[in-house]
Amino acid sequence: MRNPVFFLCLCVVAVATYGVAKFIDNAYVFFAGYVVLQYIVLSTGWNILGGYTGYVNFGTAAFFAAGAYSTVVWHKTVPDMPLPVMMLIGGAIAALLGLGTGYLTLRLRGTFFGIATLAMSVVMQTLITNWSFVGGSRGAYVVRPDATDWFGIDYIEYLFLLMLGLSVIAVGIARAIEQSRLGYGFATIRDDELAAEASGVPTLRLKLLATALSGGFMGMAGAPLPYYVTYLDPASGFSLSYAVNTIAMPLIGGTSSWLGPVIGAVLLGTLQQLATVTISSALSLLIVGVLLVVFVVAAPKGIIGWFAPRKGKPGAQP
Amino acid sequence: MTDALLTVFGLGKRFGGFVALADIELEVKKGERLGLIGPNGSGKSTLVNCLCGTLRNDTGSVRFDGRTLDGLKAHERTRLGMARSFQLPRPFGTMTLAENLRIPLLYVVQLRKAVPNVDRRCVELLDLVGLADKADHLPADLTQIEMRKLELARAMAAEPSLLIADEAMAGLSNREVDEILALLMRMNEQQGVTIVMIEHIMRAVMHFSQRLVVLVAGRKIADGDPAEIVRQDDVVAAYLGS
Repeated sequence: MRNPVFFLCLCVVAVATYGVAKFIDNAYVFFAGYVVLQYIVLSTGWNILGGYTGYVNFGTAAFFAAGAYSTVVWHKTVPDMPLPVMMLIGGAIAALLGLGTGYLTLRLRGTFFGIATLAMSVVMQTLITNWSFVGGSRGAYVVRPDATDWFGIDYIEYLFLLMLGLSVIAVGIARAIEQSRLGYGFATIRDDELAAEASGVPTLRLKLLATALSGGFMGMAGAPLPYYVTYLDPASGFSLSYAVNTIAMPLIGGTSSWLGPVIGAVLLGTLQQLATVTISSALSLLIVGVLLVVFVVAAPKGIIGWFAPRKGKPGAQP
Repeated sequence: MTDALLTVFGLGKRFGGFVALADIELEVKKGERLGLIGPNGSGKSTLVNCLCGTLRNDTGSVRFDGRTLDGLKAHERTRLGMARSFQLPRPFGTMTLAENLRIPLLYVVQLRKAVPNVDRRCVELLDLVGLADKADHLPADLTQIEMRKLELARAMAAEPSLLIADEAMAGLSNREVDEILALLMRMNEQQGVTIVMIEHIMRAVMHFSQRLVVLVAGRKIADGDPAEIVRQDDVVAAYLGS
């Protein structure tokens, strides 16, 4: 399927999703749906670096919170700025953060890269905690309007629509990358960087591109958060659950294709939302843990690994 | 000098206090088949890595096809026409054979000219090394010799003017060695690719090389006609002891 056609299909799915949510006619659907969509963007962004190039990023929270806190700053300085613009700026800041992280840490491989990103997340949290302009450790309050000027729709519904649009863009771009020259370049980095260089692939440039793109999407996913929660403090913005969920979702869905993170995010995100409503919100991390263990054993290539055609002869290493 | 494709001036490389290469002078002519031999640890692979940009040489400089390569990264040198095969095959493990060859087509050849049908070109290239029927297989399915062939095919896919084959035959049986030798000969004679062959298998080196260079302990001790070189006293001493 060609990219424009695929993009159109994504838009149809998005409109249908909105239609169903509207049909259920319960404001909570938008409230819960927003989180699921946010995770689609987060895990799709994570997968561009983690799945395509093989660099496992434990610092999702840093990029996510960079976007969220950028919105807090704009809310205090330029409160009239439209939220989509704030999202673009938050994304740009997180992309720059990604570029910087990439430049400093991409000489590290495997576990060491993971530890470095985790450390960066901790450093960022400390910085924000000590920055009183954005509320420091006390946190920041963001007053959310009840409705938008836009057809007067409910603000939560508006946030849902924004995140839905962002998901479409993120998934569309991830798939376009996957089937392009760039996607092949990313895959060579995952497989063997020395051989990639010998085959003419500019590995450093591609890695920086991957960290920037990945960070940018995470930042954009985080930017509307202050308006969603209305109160943001470092402990919740930098919550470990963002990092854990964002790694678990692509792993459960499958990291080799754009569809994996989407499946993982929808499955895990929905389960967590259901558990929050019916049992307890503390259960959500337990669900992640149990599912992750089950899937590592039952489907090491993720859910899409069950359906993907095997390359080569039967019994070959998939 | 006009027909020199690769010239190395006073190249040196140290790892801490250990001198891996010292004052290497080397010239490879266009279309030549050069053999590079030396005992284990004599610096052959270090030299290859310095030539290809995987390692940075400390002193000296490398000229290739009329350009100075100093400071260029490995992928930039590949794009200029210098290709290598690795001593231990390093295929892209999650990609099919055809996809493996697609990489140099996308990242090297397409920068120079349009490739009308990339898919067909991949199969053509695989056909040259006799792997066309496994185009959709993963490298893990291949035997040792097929892996070497894939390695060579990937290097050749970049359409290089110089191919550096780092022990492309180590660990193969006699018949398999002949097969790879024939392959390299064909690349040299039919496509005019200059080849530097690093090899331990003397039968292959003697058969293949028009000229032989010997490295011992990071220094070049001999350079010239293969038949004469192997009778030289210091070369024999380096291999067998004096």
